[in-house]
Amino acid sequence: MTPALKAAPAASLAPSTIARLREIAGEENVLVEREDLVPYGFDGTAALKHGATCVVLPRSTGAVSEIVRFAHSAGLPVVTRGSGTGLSGGSVPVDGGIVLCLVHLNRVLEIDPANLTLLAEAGTITKTIDDAAHPHGLFYPPDPGSMKISTIGGNVANNSGGLRGLKYGVTRDYVMGLEVVLPSGEVAWLGSKCVKDVAGYSMKDLFVGSEGTLGIITKVLLKLVPRPRARRTLLASFASMESAARSVSKIIERQIIPCTLEFLDRKTCASVEDYAKVGLPTEAAAVVLMETDGHPAVVEEEAAAMASIARENGAIAVEEAADEAHAVRLATARRSAFSALARIRPTTILEDVTVPRSRLAEIVAFVEEVGVRHRLQIATFGHFGDGNVHPTILTDETDPVEMERVEAALSEIFDKTVELGGTITGEHGVGLAKKPYLPRQFDEASYELMRQVKRALDPGGLLNPGKIFDLGSAGA
Amino acid sequence: MSESSSTRVLRHMGELDYSVVQQCMHCGMCLPTCPTYLETQRERNSPRGRIALMRAIADGDLEVTREFGEEMYYCLGCLACTTACPAGVDYPRLFEHARAEIEAQDVLFTPERRFWRWLTLRQLFAKPWMLRAVGRMLWLYQASGLCQLVRKSGLLRLLPANLRNLEPTTPTVCRRFSDELIAEVETPPAKRYRVGMLTGCVQDLVFSDVNRDTVDVLLANACEVVTPRSQGCCGSLHAHNGDLEQAAAQARRMLDQFDLSSLDAIVTNAAGCGSHLKHFSNLLGGDPAYRERAASWDRKVRDISQWLVEIGFRKPEGGESLPPRRTTYHEACHLCHGQGISKQPREVLRAIPGLELVELENATHCCGSAGVYNITQPEQAAKLQAEKAACIAKTGASLVATANPGCHLQIQNAVGVGTSVKHPVTLLAAAYRAEKE
Repeated sequence: MTPALKAAPAASLAPSTIARLREIAGEENVLVEREDLVPYGFDGTAALKHGATCVVLPRSTGAVSEIVRFAHSAGLPVVTRGSGTGLSGGSVPVDGGIVLCLVHLNRVLEIDPANLTLLAEAGTITKTIDDAAHPHGLFYPPDPGSMKISTIGGNVANNSGGLRGLKYGVTRDYVMGLEVVLPSGEVAWLGSKCVKDVAGYSMKDLFVGSEGTLGIITKVLLKLVPRPRARRTLLASFASMESAARSVSKIIERQIIPCTLEFLDRKTCASVEDYAKVGLPTEAAAVVLMETDGHPAVVEEEAAAMASIARENGAIAVEEAADEAHAVRLATARRSAFSALARIRPTTILEDVTVPRSRLAEIVAFVEEVGVRHRLQIATFGHFGDGNVHPTILTDETDPVEMERVEAALSEIFDKTVELGGTITGEHGVGLAKKPYLPRQFDEASYELMRQVKRALDPGGLLNPGKIFDLGSAGA
Repeated sequence: MSESSSTRVLRHMGELDYSVVQQCMHCGMCLPTCPTYLETQRERNSPRGRIALMRAIADGDLEVTREFGEEMYYCLGCLACTTACPAGVDYPRLFEHARAEIEAQDVLFTPERRFWRWLTLRQLFAKPWMLRAVGRMLWLYQASGLCQLVRKSGLLRLLPANLRNLEPTTPTVCRRFSDELIAEVETPPAKRYRVGMLTGCVQDLVFSDVNRDTVDVLLANACEVVTPRSQGCCGSLHAHNGDLEQAAAQARRMLDQFDLSSLDAIVTNAAGCGSHLKHFSNLLGGDPAYRERAASWDRKVRDISQWLVEIGFRKPEGGESLPPRRTTYHEACHLCHGQGISKQPREVLRAIPGLELVELENATHCCGSAGVYNITQPEQAAKLQAEKAACIAKTGASLVATANPGCHLQIQNAVGVGTSVKHPVTLLAAAYRAEKE
């Protein structure tokens, strides 16, 4: 092994500070040894790491509140994290601060079948939420790729999407209420179980997608929906990217809104198949995974319509999942796409650009062209139905010359996205990874508005500082 | 002894290419499958956390410390993470090299530890005659009734607590070992294949009957069976416990015992051995005298159920008269995660007349045996054992099938007397025998 990128050495906290944290959270819940800290220096984002100084794992909202109160008085930055599966570096530690890891706040507190809601602590695993809803015939649809380990608090803080966004929307669409620890340490409850609620500003919405910069989410009240009674999963393969994109556009034009319209290019298919062995076609230029769910009659009709649209638009083959288990395996395989691509090159840089659906073909073609021009391997997959694509650059972070080309390619992809009326991130968040590009998407007034909100809520600039944007001279 | 950090050389981890650690893109997909992470929810107790520590060591940001050593021995080596990993990280190699580095730098040194490692790795499991001699003595001790006498006498209180607690779980040694039960060459009436049979070390002492059953099943499927004498340990124990040098010596010994070119396959019935045996190239790739033979060996090694399915084994007939026996299957980690073999043992079980196979919840979760883990980390091992026993109880099965001696013993010690544990091949052999009756 040859040394490569080094994690920045971490500063250490004063012994009295550590003692106070131990007093609040309990001796065993405060980590300061090197071997304990190194594994908290990153999230799921490639090539981003920063050594943690201290990790605290509180066991209650009360402890979170006290820790934040103490951090506030001592001027210590606080970076909140769940399972550390984020894809923008949002939970990467900052110098001299506390990493507040909420994985132990993991109880489902209440399921209310009369109101179709579920209340859970922020560290609850996303899949556990849906598993808890299941016996009641209820469903929590948002399903980010990491749902088996990501925490609901992290999902809310990043407003995570998933494979079912097209029909069911994203995390925000299910958040009815939040318990938030404010930068001062005070605990605020925002929202209610009411379907209609316009009492004052919709404050909970401010915290959805705030990436831990405004407050620390400790409890989440979620909306549940009836579990669909039927589901059909189809897999269509195409000889060209254009015919795949055209099929997706036609499906939407015909006003069919399936729950999933996922697209994988040849490289992605080959990597995923290598790992999951679920029978993905590895020869086709593009594969589209289509899933419709709901009333059995509607599902039947939609599945037939999608299959014929795909065939009319040049699908080489349209196959149906053999059974429910096979359908789940296909979706699971698709969720592993990003990680499976790591088989090809050492570093996997995942992007998350999103455009209005009518511009989808343009951005996909542009990404391909950029890859050729900069001599980079780029695999593309994503949520075609949402206009959300994940161009993934397969590279090696230890090769500075190639990394320069990566930077150039990314910059061009972001410019093109903005030009097409898109957004530089559809579901991963800004964190550190997209921070430099954010001003391109905002005009001065809207960018400044975000910073004003941050300054108003967190005047000390202690919550996840340096993420999304820098505060500049007016802030901390 | 240990070198200063500036001149520090990574003897074993240094042999690995940096891209092996880089392969981990820390997505976290391994976390929910890792028994130690689920227990503590601390990142360092997870696969990606351990790899992060290895990477920090490779980068020169961290020394090989005692804490790191303890962490790598807290890992079960169950390889559940390997199945879960979409990126294809070669965790088994990272794990073995990290433990080897820990031993090379001696960060866990205590006189007792050194003695026990010398005795087990360099004596008992390095010298087949010695292991058999000890096995013979243990058999005498158990069979003569001396064992009961010693237990009653209270003499056991002289042993250290960890050994004393283990004494009741000491496996019962067989009266006859494999070489006494199996001839060097056994030929079926009609012969289609010629295979080499691995007798193992623990399997040879404690489950020599499973070896006999394996040979019977092979004979029933037109395989001529060649079983070299006094085989000994394949080196998996050494490789998993940081002694790669001795593991290589054991591998060479194995290769010398078999005439590879005359064999269609090398068959093993122990999952822990199989997942090691298939990768001799990792140990001997740099040895010109053995490199090619190791590669050919790797291609020929088969788990027994894998081999049976591959050659289209004959389904036993009859059994209509037998009462259906509810059976469940525990997947040995080194079979399902280490070798990707899940379907084949079930296929073998389903072929057995009168056997009703019911699925076990969390069948692929480690039972806590994990080589010598139940000796080195008894507390965590006991938790996993209890979880396994609870899942087995839920199935209502009176028979548990599993294909690894460690799991076999661990589960046998956990379930009540009403439940028996058998190797799938033993059940198949019995079904073939029942045909003749």
